[in-house]
Amino acid sequence: MAENKTVKFIISRQETPDSAPYTEEFDIEYRPNMNVISALMEIRRNPVNAKGEKTSPITWEMNCLEEVCGACSMVINGKPRQSCSALVDQLEQPIRLEPMRTFPVVRDLQVDRSRMFDSLKKVKAWIPIDGTYDLGPGPRMAEKKRQWAYELSKCMTCGVCLEACPNVNSKSDFIGPAPLSQVRLFNAHPTGELNKAERLEAIMGDGGITNCGNSQNCVQSCPKGIPLTTSIAALNRDTTFQGFRNFFGSDSI
Amino acid sequence: MAGNREFFYRRLHSLLGVIPVGIFLMQHLVVNHYATGGAASFDKAANFMGNLPFRILLETVIIFLPLLFHAIYGLYIAFTANNNVGRYGYFRNWMFMLQRVSGVITLIFVAWHVWETRIAAAFGTEVNFQMMENILSSPFMFWFYVVGILSTVFHFANGLWSFLVSWGITITPRSQRITTYVTIILFVALSYVGISALVSFI
Repeated sequence: MAENKTVKFIISRQETPDSAPYTEEFDIEYRPNMNVISALMEIRRNPVNAKGEKTSPITWEMNCLEEVCGACSMVINGKPRQSCSALVDQLEQPIRLEPMRTFPVVRDLQVDRSRMFDSLKKVKAWIPIDGTYDLGPGPRMAEKKRQWAYELSKCMTCGVCLEACPNVNSKSDFIGPAPLSQVRLFNAHPTGELNKAERLEAIMGDGGITNCGNSQNCVQSCPKGIPLTTSIAALNRDTTFQGFRNFFGSDSI
Repeated sequence: MAGNREFFYRRLHSLLGVIPVGIFLMQHLVVNHYATGGAASFDKAANFMGNLPFRILLETVIIFLPLLFHAIYGLYIAFTANNNVGRYGYFRNWMFMLQRVSGVITLIFVAWHVWETRIAAAFGTEVNFQMMENILSSPFMFWFYVVGILSTVFHFANGLWSFLVSWGITITPRSQRITTYVTIILFVALSYVGISALVSFI
């Protein structure tokens, strides 16, 4: 029989959104190349904690398992990231798992990221192409610009940047870096640009861009390497001009 | 415009910190530096500043009102943050936290400083070299002033960096990095001007 190597997990648990969180320890049998999700699946298969007591399986969210959907974000050893791409071999043990408490906790490691999707609606993070008649093909986008925009489009609304931001909390309405960067993406699109002023005015409203305090944790934490602080600074310039246009007047509406 | 209050206040806060409050700070530190030339030199400069025409109006519009708005709105901003340098020990996150801490220290320092000098002057005390010499003869007050000046200068230098980002002047990481170096130099230079004047009072 091979050596029985185990991996220790300390997992933050919570039965309901309002109940008090507590931690539970688990010893999982080591397998080569395992990630955090495979360990959680192992607990689900055999829900027994480190004391040998039978317990309920851990609740968490997952979908794509290849770091493009953003659903499985959680705080792993103090840093928010995706549990699918968190490899056990690269983590310090014991491995501590916590939910991203910036969001309402649903149960255990599952959080409700609805506020991010509401923010995307608020800033109109889409390109309106519907009409009562065929609007025809839109203008072409230069290939170089498409490649540039592709980097911004990698955002998967995972919530890591909101978790890392000191200004996203219960004391403020700040919508956070992710939806702001989406405004830059859609304003850069030749058709999306038609609604540029609307999006800028949305982020000049309550909880908008001005809540950014330049801690720049977001750009350090983004798993997709999106230049979030560059987006915010670029939008700072755009909103400055939009503010001048609104106050002093301009023909470029 | 009604929905844009927060945007307007926050941008106003950022602007006032540099113009006029930051400009006034630099002017104040430079005038204080006359103290290194001795009591007569300082008294002459203090007299000139204290007898400027329209003094009360200038003080109110250039100093008191902008400073009051910046201080009160700044306190609100400082206390809406959940600092997390423990988890995210990046340079800019430290600056974010120190900007808020130095803001609060500066507010306490400036409130005391205004009480001890400008308000005292309004009640008839003469502002001169002797006044500062008396204040700074206590070691506690001397170190209180050292901390106060360093905190104020830091808050201004780092605030200037954020001002450039908040108004959309520095967008690229490169421009932001270079302005970090420039504001560090500004911090060192203004600290020298302030502390050397302070030391010459003792």
